[in-house]
Amino acid sequence: MDLKLDHHTEDDTEIVVVEGEIDVYTAPRLRELLIDLVNKGNFHLVVNMEKVEFLDSTGLGVLVGGLKRVRAHDGTLDLVCTQERILKIFRITGLTKVFGIYGSVQEAIDKRKSK
Amino acid sequence: MAIVQLTISALPAHVRTARLMATAVARRAGIAESALDEVRLAVGEACSRAVEAHRAHCPDQPIQLELIDSAGPLPATSSHPGGVAPEWGSGNGDGPGRFEVVVSDRAPAKETADFPLDYHVPDGVSAFLGVPTPAGGVSGLSPDVGLAVIIGLADEVSIEPHDDGTVVRMSWPLEHGGPVSRDSVQSTG
Repeated sequence: MDLKLDHHTEDDTEIVVVEGEIDVYTAPRLRELLIDLVNKGNFHLVVNMEKVEFLDSTGLGVLVGGLKRVRAHDGTLDLVCTQERILKIFRITGLTKVFGIYGSVQEAIDKRKSK
Repeated sequence: MAIVQLTISALPAHVRTARLMATAVARRAGIAESALDEVRLAVGEACSRAVEAHRAHCPDQPIQLELIDSAGPLPATSSHPGGVAPEWGSGNGDGPGRFEVVVSDRAPAKETADFPLDYHVPDGVSAFLGVPTPAGGVSGLSPDVGLAVIIGLADEVSIEPHDDGTVVRMSWPLEHGGPVSRDSVQSTG
């Protein structure tokens, strides 16, 4: 399946909904969306990955790139993911220590606001 | 032994094709269901890395994949349906009962490797967060992180960098030592 991207604002946070496969072919589209959102002043992002079917290191790189961009504006980029096969690559690469990874969008928003 | 060979142009779109092919062959060979995701991801990483290297150095050259089922269909004359596979290959996935994937690129390894081929990364990929994205790249991480991921996923890995390209071999054990369908036929016979 190709990559499907959507986004909406929820409680002062921009929610990016990703569906499908994030790889070397599709990752540039996600990268462009994240850059566009940051350029438009959205510095608190939550990427909902519950419908992601495949993620490789290229996709991880795009997420890390997005994180670096929002951090430059004291922002946040958190992830929503409960799929074990997707979480595995975050664990292998040590990125579970870099991203906030939550079970739901609301949990991610609540956690950020409580900080 | 059974081999499926695939040659792809150095285009990102074909990486998915390689993943799908590798997963299908691995499933047919009898890889444990739990390892299929590892095969899919590791093959994707190896091909992504090869495609990026080719696009930088030799975009017109193809990338080659070999999908090797060491316990694959035996010769029709064999009297040992569950028997030992013949000797083959020279990679570290040699021997019966393994599924091996070999990804061979033709980009000069010395120019693509930014750090020594020692992929032990104590702090994980976060150690590379300061690495700038290479020109034309989409990743915020070093492209060699893909190799580190492969090492984390595959049961056995060897990475052989040469002046005329890199060969990545990765392998996994086969469940019950052979294709699932063959075993099921035997059990019902």
